[in-house]
Amino acid sequence: MRKDKVFKIVLLLSGFLIVALLSGIFLSLVFSSIPSIKEFGINFLFSKDWDPINNKFGAFPFLIGTLLTSVISLLISIPFSLSISIFLSEILKNKLISNIFQTFVELIAGIPSVIVGLWGLFILAPFMRTLQSKLGIQPIGVGIFTASIILSIMIIPYSASIGKEVISMVPIEVKEGAISLGATEFETLKSVTLPFSFNGIFAGFLLSFGRAFGETMAVTMVIGNANKIPESIFSAGQTMASLIANEFTEATTKLYTSSLIEIGLILFIVSILINILGRLIIRRFSF
Amino acid sequence: MNEKTIKRRIFNNKLYKIFVFLFSFLSIIPLFLIIYFVLIRGLKYVNLKFIFSMPKPMGEIGGGIFNAIVGSFIIVGVAALIAIPIGIIVGIFLSEYKEKKYTEIVKILVDTLQGIPSIVIGIIAYLWIVKPLKQFSAISGSIALSFIMLPLVIKSTEEVLNLIPIEIKEAAYAMGVPYHRIVLKILLPSGSVGILTGTLIGISRILGETAPLLFTAFGNQFLNLNLLKPMSTIPYLIYVYATSPYKDWHNQAFAASTILIIIVLSINLFGRFMEKKWKM
Amino acid sequence: MENVILKIKNLNAYYGSQKVLKNVNLEIYENRVTTILGPSGCGKTTLIRCINRLHELSPGARIEGQILLKGEDLYQIEPMIVRQKIGMVFQKPNPFPTMTIYDNVIAGYILSGIKLSKEEKDKIVEESLIKSGLWDEVKENLFKKGTFLSGGQQQRLCIARALAMKPEILLLDEPTSALDPVATSIIEELIIELKKSVTTVLVTHNIGQAGRVSDYTAFFYLGELIEFGKTTEMFTVPKSKKTEEYLIGKIG
Repeated sequence: MRKDKVFKIVLLLSGFLIVALLSGIFLSLVFSSIPSIKEFGINFLFSKDWDPINNKFGAFPFLIGTLLTSVISLLISIPFSLSISIFLSEILKNKLISNIFQTFVELIAGIPSVIVGLWGLFILAPFMRTLQSKLGIQPIGVGIFTASIILSIMIIPYSASIGKEVISMVPIEVKEGAISLGATEFETLKSVTLPFSFNGIFAGFLLSFGRAFGETMAVTMVIGNANKIPESIFSAGQTMASLIANEFTEATTKLYTSSLIEIGLILFIVSILINILGRLIIRRFSF
Repeated sequence: MNEKTIKRRIFNNKLYKIFVFLFSFLSIIPLFLIIYFVLIRGLKYVNLKFIFSMPKPMGEIGGGIFNAIVGSFIIVGVAALIAIPIGIIVGIFLSEYKEKKYTEIVKILVDTLQGIPSIVIGIIAYLWIVKPLKQFSAISGSIALSFIMLPLVIKSTEEVLNLIPIEIKEAAYAMGVPYHRIVLKILLPSGSVGILTGTLIGISRILGETAPLLFTAFGNQFLNLNLLKPMSTIPYLIYVYATSPYKDWHNQAFAASTILIIIVLSINLFGRFMEKKWKM
Repeated sequence: MENVILKIKNLNAYYGSQKVLKNVNLEIYENRVTTILGPSGCGKTTLIRCINRLHELSPGARIEGQILLKGEDLYQIEPMIVRQKIGMVFQKPNPFPTMTIYDNVIAGYILSGIKLSKEEKDKIVEESLIKSGLWDEVKENLFKKGTFLSGGQQQRLCIARALAMKPEILLLDEPTSALDPVATSIIEELIIELKKSVTTVLVTHNIGQAGRVSDYTAFFYLGELIEFGKTTEMFTVPKSKKTEEYLIGKIG
């Protein structure tokens, strides 16, 4: 009996450990950001200068860089991810081929991001360079757009597998109702199946977006690492995560480090918000 | 409802299927492109000498990645040693105490932990361990990686335990078996395959992680077995070599990537294969 | 004098190698209610799914034989056209949960991309809901989603949805088996009323229901048509022993 009591206490404490861990993470980030928050206040988010020499720091270029790469990569990924979801749940009927295909999709998510970055740097970037010179654009190869392409490849598996799950859950009666009225498979998908699974599909895209938002290695290797607001989607830029990766070990002053950590805090908060939003959407998903 | 519209609708239906088919296949092409190009450029440099010798000084051609290979094993190993027991216990907690409000909160927090960008985890390990110790260390890298592996072990433990029919527990209770024995001697062994799967997938994940190591384990051109000192790892080495100006280092980055991608994808596939078995 | 609207000739239906309908020959009369009666597994659902060509969507499913609607072979024209001419109501009410009641009724037109003017749509919605006896209960709430409706009301919505397409034949697959007795009797009255405007084929295993609503009954057992005739005659003086055994509850 005594052993049971101890055991149960250990279990309950382990839950508390998680609470302590997450609280600790949040508090540490806030605490270490204080010097930067004190110095720059809310302007930190809107200031364009990232000037280590004069100890002046503003996050705006990196907010833009992160938003651009995340949004563009999400937009690129949508048709591919949706196609996979539909393909695996509605069109492909053979179980074996379906499993194999799904494994291939999910393996992409298993490739270490530094290797995706390596491929991006040495194979995709040169390809983009030739493409850009053909189009008459500055042929730098790396930049916001290249990073977005890399990201879209990496985030497709997340929304694709969630999408596949929710579309498979559409009850067959509902689909048969549409077919019995004379609808084609496409018409059934468009007017019945997809609206039915909309919430889940949206949550899947949110998850993909969250992944793109926080991705570091692959982005830092192909974005060009330019600490400015990008002039076009083909110019070099910097995201919040790639900035931290690039400069954290070079941060010489306390304010410098604190500003970088504050950017980490922003990443942390946004990832939580996306997580909460995703859960809310899934909860409202029930017919 | 005339002939023309019917024909158009049938055509649109065919078009839709072609579109979906095409885009689905286009999506998996990058997988093969990446594996192909990495292997094509890296495989020729992979040999026993590469695996077992130490790096040459910067700028010199040749050398190997033995320190990084050893470093990866140690750091990932220690991270797993931390994440597995804690992950299992939390997983048991989530499964045994479900429906309680407190448990719901912990579950959300585990999900949150999983969603934190790995570079932020690196910052935390820096603040909690590198700063106090005043130096980069392997242990700080391991701790960062353990945070990343933890949610994976927790979730697969919880999932597999939830699948165990409640009758088994009730039968054991009815026989007077004490609670802690039910969990440790009956439930856990039943769920061992699921837990193993979560562990394997977690390991394959952290073997490839670089961002959290950038300012924790940092890197080390020498072979180091001391957890309190900086240690090299394969992904870190790939990053440094790939972004350096030396062509020989680029080749080595591809070679190291070849080794890493084969290991990581193999463990991943194996873990997936086992996962299908117990999820059925 | 009865007018034959649907002719089923030598119909054999398969799931892979398993034969579930054996050499069925049956005539359905216009503006009458014909019941397909029989125990579970006798093939009655398969039969009507062959009529509106839903059967062929199942993996490995196929048929041999012919089904002729007013002389036209249904298997020689596009399945979509067949399904527009033949409406179906399912066992479990299945209104589209993401559509309003209004849109549910004209769903057949929305799905096919057929454009109608507002007046045309309003007319079809009102007519169909009146015909299915649901108009008064929902006319104030046409633009709400149909999920708040009771089971019986949802089923009547599905009937309205099928009727909106102005089908030649209405197929009802055990339409009241998921409903309570009150809802059931409302729908049974509806079926009797509807035959004036549409030919109805009703699938049921409920002998009482068949007796209450149908003009003709076809009794099936293990995939074969055992007996067909006027309901009143068949139920009082069944010609086949099997029919008799089913009616008195000995089998089924």
